[in-house]
Amino acid sequence: MSLSISDAAADRVKAFLENRGKGLGVRLGVKTTGCSGMAYVIEFVDEINPDEDVTFEDKGVTIVVDKKSLVILDGTEIDYAKEGLNEGFKFTNPNESERCGCGESFTL
Amino acid sequence: MALLQIAEPGQSGKPHERKFAVGIDLGTTNSLVATVRSGKSDTLPDENGEHLLPSAVRYTPTETIVGKAAREAAVEDPHNTIISVKRLMGRGVEDLKLLGEQLPYEFVESETSVPRIKTVAGDKSAVEVSADILKALKKRGEETLGDELVGAVITVPAYFDDAQRQATKDAARLADLNVLRLLNEPTAAAVAYGLDSGQEGVVAIYDLGGGTFDISILRLNKGVFEVMATGGDSALGGDDFDHAIAEWIMQQAKISNDQLDASRSRLLLQKACEAKEALADAESVDITIDLDEQQTWYGSLNRDTLNELIDPLIGKTLLSCRRALRDAEVDKDEIIDVVMVGGSTRSLRVREKVGEFFECEPLVSIDPDKVVAIGAAIQANALAGNDPDGEMLLLDVIPLSLGIETMGGLTEKIIHRNTPIPVSRAQEFTTYKDGQTAMAVHVVQGERELVDDNRSLARFELRGFPPKVAGALRIRVTFQVDADGLLSVSAMEETSGVEASVEVKPSYGLSDGEIESMLKASMEHARDDIEARSLREQQVEAARVIEALDSALAEDGDALLSDEEKQVILAARDALVQSKDMATTSQQVKDAIAAVEKASAAYVAKRMNSSVQSTMAGHKVEEFKTESED
Repeated sequence: MSLSISDAAADRVKAFLENRGKGLGVRLGVKTTGCSGMAYVIEFVDEINPDEDVTFEDKGVTIVVDKKSLVILDGTEIDYAKEGLNEGFKFTNPNESERCGCGESFTL
Repeated sequence: MALLQIAEPGQSGKPHERKFAVGIDLGTTNSLVATVRSGKSDTLPDENGEHLLPSAVRYTPTETIVGKAAREAAVEDPHNTIISVKRLMGRGVEDLKLLGEQLPYEFVESETSVPRIKTVAGDKSAVEVSADILKALKKRGEETLGDELVGAVITVPAYFDDAQRQATKDAARLADLNVLRLLNEPTAAAVAYGLDSGQEGVVAIYDLGGGTFDISILRLNKGVFEVMATGGDSALGGDDFDHAIAEWIMQQAKISNDQLDASRSRLLLQKACEAKEALADAESVDITIDLDEQQTWYGSLNRDTLNELIDPLIGKTLLSCRRALRDAEVDKDEIIDVVMVGGSTRSLRVREKVGEFFECEPLVSIDPDKVVAIGAAIQANALAGNDPDGEMLLLDVIPLSLGIETMGGLTEKIIHRNTPIPVSRAQEFTTYKDGQTAMAVHVVQGERELVDDNRSLARFELRGFPPKVAGALRIRVTFQVDADGLLSVSAMEETSGVEASVEVKPSYGLSDGEIESMLKASMEHARDDIEARSLREQQVEAARVIEALDSALAEDGDALLSDEEKQVILAARDALVQSKDMATTSQQVKDAIAAVEKASAAYVAKRMNSSVQSTMAGHKVEEFKTESED
């Protein structure tokens, strides 16, 4: 089981955490919702629940994933990308098979 | 895939349901749009990396150009290029004359009080020009966030009156932008520094822009900023610093005024501005000016000289500060923070002098050009529900009047448009007919006089009144709008306690465009509406008179009247019935009512007498005395 984060994404996460003034890292997860089944979640972490969460360290960033989501996210790389004026975090997940047209949700 | 932002714990939105909101600083010279992404509020640049959007709009027969390209065209195409439109917001034709400014635009002669500027693309009001600026900012926001916006917080100067604020809201509606709140500019600056969650007390916002200076004294109380005083100078700013430096260069280089043409003086001002900016880092700066083809002047300006040049100007701003403090009735030592806003507060001398004056270190860590937009975005994010700790600031107002239908299809407004919410207002109504045991309450929204022209929100009925004569019952109708704009209407008949109520969301299903067109219609039809209203009122009155007359005649008409007398009254009555249905002006109905009243005057007098006699029959005078003493 592994997860990785790109240099660009790690820098951003650190900068956002510093700006926020608190937080242990980022939580990555999967929600069952959206037009095509599942959607990615990225949130700040203030609390880690040892019974449910697994933590990874990569490039100085603590990544927290709940065990349920980890099955789906295994092998995912998080990048920070720019597309035109828009910019944000991008999930590259080898387990994903299909996405909805708008790219907001996916299926395995 | 979609690019994601880091959400607060547990606040991740579902796909297509993320609530993107922006803060907009709609400025006189420049405008900005900002948003909170991954917890950080920042202004959004365009594709060229420019954050500032010049508040200039140029109209051509085929397109509307907003921003830098429009501002550059202001000289060549002054009639069709509108700059500084913020100064015209909410102003009437009369106000513009009082502003006393030489505006290069041609205003259209119009009957309405809203001035319209003649352009090749048609007549434009200040609201429409502002809407075009807002549309450009909205587009930038949506392209950056990759989705539609749920709304925006737009900032306005603290001294903006209701008309100017409403004009700003109307501009947003025209731009199809949902206004979450209008926020005072100084309040937004304070929010950007997080002062709203800090200690309670008095803060000063020192805003020195290119051409204007504003000072605001705010008091933070329970998370809400109250504006205690505002002041400033609408013709003092960083541009005056440049002028002072340019004049100094002219003296040093011995350039006389008559050697200056337009392009040369612009060049001088540009050199002056560059020198001013360079002195923010350097102790002294070299200046070279080409006097003519052969001669070049070399000089240098150091910080001390610069300070001497601009100190008198800074002194003027501090005088305004002193006045504002006096107006607010606070002492300097009560000020806990001073926030610096506006590009000219980058000047170290300004910071130093302001710090000395208020005896505290001014807050300068956020870019002073962006601080207002950044604060507005933080507020927008909280109002959109993305920040669990977000405080709700300021009040909102209801967009359109709320009222009920009264006899004749007329609208009786109970809560007027622009009333701050939450609000509760009650009004008493009475029965219209003898023996009336029920009343229909029809809740309507809009500015028009006739119900048919307004929007119907809800209907409900109140039943089970004790039968009484017309006008004897009191029905109290209460309108209540909570902080979220939810309207509840309740009605109660006071003698019997019969009650009914309904809940409605006033703006539900009403698009911004519809609100705009409803407002427009109410202004365009103002005169027709008033006539229509008084005609309906007279028709209702006529019906009431006929009803009363008929019931009186049925009761004692034959007993009290001769056939001849009765014929006269009936003739007037029939004329009134006809007039009521056929009349086109209220005056016609009014005259017919007067004719009936005249014809039946003697009959009414007889009825009064007989009624008094029958009431008093069998009683002694003493009994009435006691009753009246009770």
